[in-house]
Amino acid sequence: MKSAVQIASDVRSGASTADEQLSLSLEAVRARNEELHVFLHIDEEGAREAAARVDGVIAKGENAGPLAGVPIAIKDNVCQRGVPTTCGSKILRGWRPPYSATVIDRLLAAGAVPVGKTNLDEFAMGSSTENSAYGPTRNPLCPSRVPGGSSGGSAAAVAGDMTPLAIGSDTGGSIRQPAALCGIVGVKPTYGLVSRYGLIAFSSSLDQIGPFAKTVTDAATLLEVLAGHDPMDSTSLPEPPPSLVAHLNDGVAGKRIGVVTELIEGADEEIVNEVHRALQVFREAGATVVELSIPELRLGLSAYYLIAPAEASSNLARYDGVRYGLRVDAQDVTAMNEATRTAGFGDEVKRRIMLGTYALSAGYYDAYYGQALKVRTQMIDAFARAYHEVDLIVGATTPTVAFPIGEKASNPMAMYLSDVFTIPTNLTGEAAITVPFGTGEADLPIGVQLLGPGRSEAQLFSAARVLEMADGRA
Amino acid sequence: MTLPNGWEIVVGLEVHTELKTASKMFCGCANSFGAEPNTNICPVCLGLPGALPVLNERAVDLAMAIGMALHSTIAPSTFHRKNYFYPDMPKDFQISQYDLPINVGGYLDLPDASRVSIERAHLEEDTGKSTHLGGTGRLQGADRSLVDYNRSGVPLVEIVSGPDIRSSAQARAYAQELRGILIATGASDGRMEEGSMRIDANVSIRKANDPFGTRCEIKNLNSLRSLQRAIDYEALRQVELLEGGGTVRQETRHWDEIQGETSTMRVKEDADDYRYFREPDLVDLAPDQSWQDRVRAGLLPMPAERRQKLAARLSEPTPAQLDAVEVVIDLGLEDFVERAVDEGVDVTLAISRAANELAAGIDEVKNLSSESFTATLFMEQRGELSATQAKTVLAELLTHGGDPHNVAREMGFEQLSSSSLGATVAELIEEHPDEWTRYREGDEKLAQFFIGQVMKLTKGQANGKSVVAELQARR
Repeated sequence: MKSAVQIASDVRSGASTADEQLSLSLEAVRARNEELHVFLHIDEEGAREAAARVDGVIAKGENAGPLAGVPIAIKDNVCQRGVPTTCGSKILRGWRPPYSATVIDRLLAAGAVPVGKTNLDEFAMGSSTENSAYGPTRNPLCPSRVPGGSSGGSAAAVAGDMTPLAIGSDTGGSIRQPAALCGIVGVKPTYGLVSRYGLIAFSSSLDQIGPFAKTVTDAATLLEVLAGHDPMDSTSLPEPPPSLVAHLNDGVAGKRIGVVTELIEGADEEIVNEVHRALQVFREAGATVVELSIPELRLGLSAYYLIAPAEASSNLARYDGVRYGLRVDAQDVTAMNEATRTAGFGDEVKRRIMLGTYALSAGYYDAYYGQALKVRTQMIDAFARAYHEVDLIVGATTPTVAFPIGEKASNPMAMYLSDVFTIPTNLTGEAAITVPFGTGEADLPIGVQLLGPGRSEAQLFSAARVLEMADGRA
Repeated sequence: MTLPNGWEIVVGLEVHTELKTASKMFCGCANSFGAEPNTNICPVCLGLPGALPVLNERAVDLAMAIGMALHSTIAPSTFHRKNYFYPDMPKDFQISQYDLPINVGGYLDLPDASRVSIERAHLEEDTGKSTHLGGTGRLQGADRSLVDYNRSGVPLVEIVSGPDIRSSAQARAYAQELRGILIATGASDGRMEEGSMRIDANVSIRKANDPFGTRCEIKNLNSLRSLQRAIDYEALRQVELLEGGGTVRQETRHWDEIQGETSTMRVKEDADDYRYFREPDLVDLAPDQSWQDRVRAGLLPMPAERRQKLAARLSEPTPAQLDAVEVVIDLGLEDFVERAVDEGVDVTLAISRAANELAAGIDEVKNLSSESFTATLFMEQRGELSATQAKTVLAELLTHGGDPHNVAREMGFEQLSSSSLGATVAELIEEHPDEWTRYREGDEKLAQFFIGQVMKLTKGQANGKSVVAELQARR
């Protein structure tokens, strides 16, 4: 499949049309969706209309935008007006949002064509997409394995050549981990860079929407479309977003790049080796490599599994059967709430609601949630100190390559550990990108993660581009 | 009411006031009372998945104005989520301020010169409104419940007093004074009957100078009268309990207006654990000095200052006149009085007509211009209208508006100009020479005879004082 940049160029020049590109995408979706279970809903009618609008704009000789006619997959926790949005949960089955997320409006304005909603772990809680109430997604590179999660459907759509672009959400690694396991580029932007308006909340202080793409250039192009202040999101950054595409070939010469012990330890040897190979590439490109330790990172997972469930317990309270989604009738309203939530939520969601409720309860708040907030502050300070020493940090994205479906499904702790390297960036609100770099067991892809301070995306993309070129990918 | 056997009432009040903003607290929906159910709603105030709150700065203006009027410190503040399940609360949590409210401390001085401390006045959002049909009429046990989300997300300020109030009358005076302040700041219309001001009372009793007793919180106080009755009822209930050897249980109680009694809603042991935590979808609120200065500059005089100013126009005010001044200020009628007095109307008359006739027609006062009020009072002062006639003209002006001279003429009051009254009196003197002679010789009782005759001829529409003036002029 062509890159998003190439498709947009072809559509703008008249060499192709948005409708033609959409047909190619839908054909690819139909060829493998049954096997891989990537899309929960294919919105052909809406996509045809969007494509027709793009083609109409081009016929009038007007600018159709940087993503003119580019098909894109949308994670099913992003609201799109009139299109079923389930969050991978039975509790929202059949719900059609009466409004669109800000990112959907921005995508449409940029000429992109949303083709449908992709599978995810229920309410984005999981690392394999096995927690979807609608069944797991398979990794297009090896269908017996997971694509990662929670944005497994979006990663698989891109890796499986169904759409050149996809958007996901990353609360603890839900973009980067599946991107790594599927061998594509995934970005967790700085908190506030992309509007969360219309993203169904899992953990509001950690959630961030970001791009999936096959190439660094495509990912940068998409993030430029998504980023920017949104008056509908109070946590949206007020500054103009950084320019990314213009800096893609800036390289890393003269940069100080840190390698952090805690972001490698515990990863499979083949992954550690690829991180070291990446460091060698950076040295050869003129960067200085510095070894660092950030011991606070070891507390990240524990802090995350208090903060995220605590916020989730509150964010998910609204699914009470009163206004929308599933309702299981019972003798009174309290019993109806309980019956609805019992039937509507899966085990992992219930587990986290209970964890979070407990962590916030009177008498436990200080020991759990309060303590986790302190750890979070320590981690923010620790990274700030590290970024006095170095411009960016390199580590593994995941401890392993894609694992077989079912391997960790019954062991929550093992599953939680697959996000150990990605979680810190969510806690600090900073930026990180994963770029495919080398392969491991069974020829499965490995992702190298680059981390930077807030609003350092331009630098992360140009460093990722160095690795991409060294690996002969683009 | 005084409690028996040396018991003392201790009350602290929590007053919730809806803020009179054009739009809701976190979205652009109209903030208006009485619209068709579920018409002023959007993804944000319906708490739809993915929607996010954005703080309405006008609500912050009004919250700060309230704080400034209560001598509070405007402090850097945060928003928290108060988590509990209730069907009229669309997110199943309420966005409120918790440990860091926008207004900290302060006090309110009452007309009787007592001072009630203010602990805090914080911002929060209102819930929707449930109507329970059938069954008990409350949520549990109702056959059906309907929810109107028009009120959901309307901005509220909760003003929490210290436990400084020592009688139900003082509680009422506090609520009334606070209401005046809320109106004066433009924060609220103060309409308790529409729920735009709601009061919870924390009531306990003790023997003087003992430590505070266990308190009960009384909900559902929808009028000043309910407030006063509920506090008295509750204090007496606690006296009976304690004197009967029992103890007061800390609980939330419901005021039943019809039965005139409080009853248990929930006891402390099953109080909700609200699991407060910082609202991650909002940023901290710390209005800078220039924002605070702008709000302060826009503050109009508060009721206490206005009362003082108006009372100063009376040379030696009687208690009744001071009460009238309070009514005039409470109802915001002092512009009528001030203008009439500036034009030359007697201040006592102007205050009296405003505190009685205008107060009685307060809902229609928009129909009356201060020019008409002044003109009507002049006609009365000059004797062209009797007191009764002047009141009738004011009532007519309040109901239908119009020009006071035309109204008086249409009502048949116009013949009572001083020239026609003079002619009537002259006629009567001619018809009753004996009575006139006795009057001239000093028998003042005969003034009443002539007034009676004038009244008979004018069908009761003359002004007694004017008749006496006419008689004296001819004496």
